[in-house]
This record gives sequence, structure tokens and C-alpha cells, in this order.
Amino acid sequence: MLRLTGLSKRYDRGDAALNGVDLTVPDGEVVALIGPSGAGKSTLIRCTNRLVEPTSGSVELDGEVITALSPAGLRVARRRMGMIFQEFALIERLTVMENVLSGRLGYVGFWASWFRRFPPEDVRQAFHYLDRVGLAGFENKRADALSGGQRQRVGIARALMQSPALLLVDEPTASLDPRTSRQIMRLILELCGERGLAAIVNIHDVALAREFAHRIVGLRKGVVVFDGKPEALTPDALTTIYGSEETDA
Amino acid sequence: MPEYPDVWRKPPLIASAWLRWGIGLAVALYLATAIGSVNINWVRLAAGLPRGWRFLTSFFPPDFLSRGDEILEGLEESLAMTVTATAAGVALGIPLGLGAARNLAVRPVYLLCRTIIAGSRTLQELIVAIFFVKMFGFGPFAGMLTLTFSSVGFIAKLIAERIEAVETAPLDAIRSTGASWLQWVNYAIQPQVMPRLVGLSLYRLDINFRESAVLGIVGAGGIGATLNTSLDRYEYSTAAAILLAIVAIVLVAEYASGSIRERLR
Repeated sequence: MLRLTGLSKRYDRGDAALNGVDLTVPDGEVVALIGPSGAGKSTLIRCTNRLVEPTSGSVELDGEVITALSPAGLRVARRRMGMIFQEFALIERLTVMENVLSGRLGYVGFWASWFRRFPPEDVRQAFHYLDRVGLAGFENKRADALSGGQRQRVGIARALMQSPALLLVDEPTASLDPRTSRQIMRLILELCGERGLAAIVNIHDVALAREFAHRIVGLRKGVVVFDGKPEALTPDALTTIYGSEETDA
Repeated sequence: MPEYPDVWRKPPLIASAWLRWGIGLAVALYLATAIGSVNINWVRLAAGLPRGWRFLTSFFPPDFLSRGDEILEGLEESLAMTVTATAAGVALGIPLGLGAARNLAVRPVYLLCRTIIAGSRTLQELIVAIFFVKMFGFGPFAGMLTLTFSSVGFIAKLIAERIEAVETAPLDAIRSTGASWLQWVNYAIQPQVMPRLVGLSLYRLDINFRESAVLGIVGAGGIGATLNTSLDRYEYSTAAAILLAIVAIVLVAEYASGSIRERLR
């Protein structure tokens, strides 16, 4: 279970990107985070694993206070938070297998990773996940030889390799075509179901969010302005989140 | 659930094991023989150390005063050489660099420009300097030409490499507006390579100044000539003063170029 309490982030110049966000995500729940550009969706995700250091407030994962951890403690805690990125963020010149195995770096010592001698259990797991995301036989291809949808599948496999309790997913479909987008969203949802993972998914596409998420959270100017079932997301609610066309948000 | 393998090896860069080990063995063998062929004479090494030490100590204390005018004159000459050569090198290097970028120039132009660059980069500065001194006589003019000659190749090669690495989306965007070739270069490429060009030019300025301290030895003027003269006269404390002045100027240039680049980002 993930619990954010009073989470705020103020960048050096400019307004507060996040303003006292309270959010609890139980295991197995997929939350779609929607809101206009600049509402703080990415900041929220990045504050959760402290890629961005929050200004105040706390992040708690399964009872452990992430915001109170030392750098070494944070490293260990990050293993349990798999992240999936908009532009896939694969290491393009490495093979698919190396990208997937990189999800184990938090568990494996330096020399083992340097010589690419990951524990047999990890390798077996990597082959398993490659198969699960539909990329069996791709292990020796270089990441830059793959299509967008295939790359995102590698990104998902990499995140799963961390044995996460939580997936942080930042615009997973923004660089993909509609059909591939639906495939990727379905895959993420299935995997969260299979493994009982909590997930926060930033997403621009409201229709996709409605179709796949268990719950929708609307963010506007760093504040949660909607939190409910997809069915509750009425046109009025959407106007609250995104502002009306006439007014300048 | 199917069985998954629990071993994975990264495919090697060279697929054939024979070739891979053969190359490795050949390199190792050559390295071993090469090390063997360099006679390391420990006796001479030991005898040389105190002599080297005596040579070094004769540089102290540095003497800026007794040849002060000559040092100043040499420095001025070197600076003038450096600045003019760098400016000329950049001015000539940019068009040559445009021509030497594979994504910009047609094949014949590309090959021609690459050949010119190769020529400029193969010939070491001292050799070029001797040639120019023979042609135009002693003095900073020969030095200036030498530095220009090697700056052109340096700037052109490195800027061409930067141009080949530009983002391609803006290239298509500007081309699709109906822009001419020059407009295209000005709008799509120049902004992308500008920071690199400024950085390279400042770096080359730095190199040229240090190079000018050597060129004087073959008669191409500048602080190198002053340094050479003082060494010929066994005036080591003057030589030390000159070396310190060179170090100071290089440090100032280093600091200045750093802060300029900082502002230009």
C-alpha cells in the first residue's frame, strides 16, 4: 500500500508543482492520474521514488517512510518501485536482455553485473518476463532495433524484474499508436492483477484512463480535484480538472 | 509453465571464435615484443636523475626583469599570432566543416573537404612551420600561417562531426518550409552547433597559444623565439620566467573560456 501525505513540491523558480497531495493506493489497484499539462502529474510520480526531492510531506510504502530514508536506504526502497517511462528510456545500445536484466541492478553486486553474470534465477525470470510481454526470442536484439510498442514491453519487463510492490508509470502510451496503446495498457493492468501491484499511471488519454483504470485521480495546479470511480468522471468533473475551453487554466 | 533457460551470454562483437581469439593473441604478442624492443637501461636512468634535478634547480629563482622587454615583446607577438590565426582558422574552418558533413554536402564536395582536412591534420605544426619559414622567412608571419593551417583542419573536422550528429527532426521541419540551403543551414543547423563551435574556437585559441611557444624554436617568431634564445644563452632563470608567463596566460584563457561557455548555454 502506498500512502502520500501532504506531499508538496516547489521548484526553485515558479509556483508549487504539488500542493499538499493526500493519496492512498491499496495493493492491486491501478490509479490513473489525469490532468492538464503542468498540473504536476510527473512531479507526483517522481516525488514518490524521490527522483525529485519533495519539499514537504511524506511518502509511505508498506509502512516504510520513503521520505525519511538515507541515500543507501532509498536505494534499497527504490527496488520495490518499478518505473515505466513515456519515451521508454531503454539503453539503446544494449541488448534487450541487458535492458531487462538491468532491473536487477539493485539486487546484484557490481562485478556480477559488469560481467553480465546475473544469478540463474534472475536470467530465468528475465526469459519468463520477455515471454510474458510477448518478446520471446528478442533477447539478443539491440534495443534500438525495436518498434515503439516493443520497446515499451521491454521497459515493462525491466520494471517487473525489480520485483516491485508498486509501478510508477509516466505516460506509457504517449509515444504509441492507439492500438498499441490499448495493448500496453491492458498488459500493465493484467500484470498488476496477476501480481497484486499497486500502480499510478499518468495518462493524457481520458478514454484510455476510463477504460482501464480502477480509479481516477484528477490533478489541477498541484491539487487533487477529483478522486473516484471511472463512472463518476462526468463532463462536469472533467471541466473541474481541465478547466473549460474558454477560461485560461 | 514452460521451462526457461537460466544462463544467458551476451553475443560477442566478433562472431567467429577463431578470429576473436586470433586478434586478441596477435595484439598481446605484438605488445610483448614491442615492450621487449624498448631497451630500458636502469643504469642510465639512475645516472640521469641527479642531472635532471640540477637542470631543474638552475631554473630558480625565475628572473622576469633582466630580459623583461624581450619577454613582453615575445608575448605580444605570440598573442597577435594566436588571435589572428584562430580567427582565420575559424573563418575558413566553418565552410570547410559544412562541406565535410556527410548529411549536408554532396559526395564530391564531401570527399574534397575531407581530403583537405586530412592534409591539414596529418602535417605536424613544426614541419609546417619549417616549410613556411623557408617560404616567407623568419618571424611571426610564418608562425601565424602555420597556426591558421592547423586550426582550419581542427575546427572543420570537429564541427563537421557535430553537424553529423544534429537532431534530424528540425532539418525536415525547416526543409518543409521551402527554405533555401543557406536558410536551412542558418535555421536548422547553426543553432544546434553554435555552443560547440564557440567551445571549439576557445579551445583552439588555447592550443594555438601553447603551440606558439614551440614554433619559435624553428624560427617562426613569438614567445617561443624568446624562450629558445634564453635557453641558447643558458639563461635558465629567464627561461623559467617565460614558462611561468605562458602557464599564467593559459590559465587565464582556460578560466575565461569556461565562463564564456557557461554564459552561452
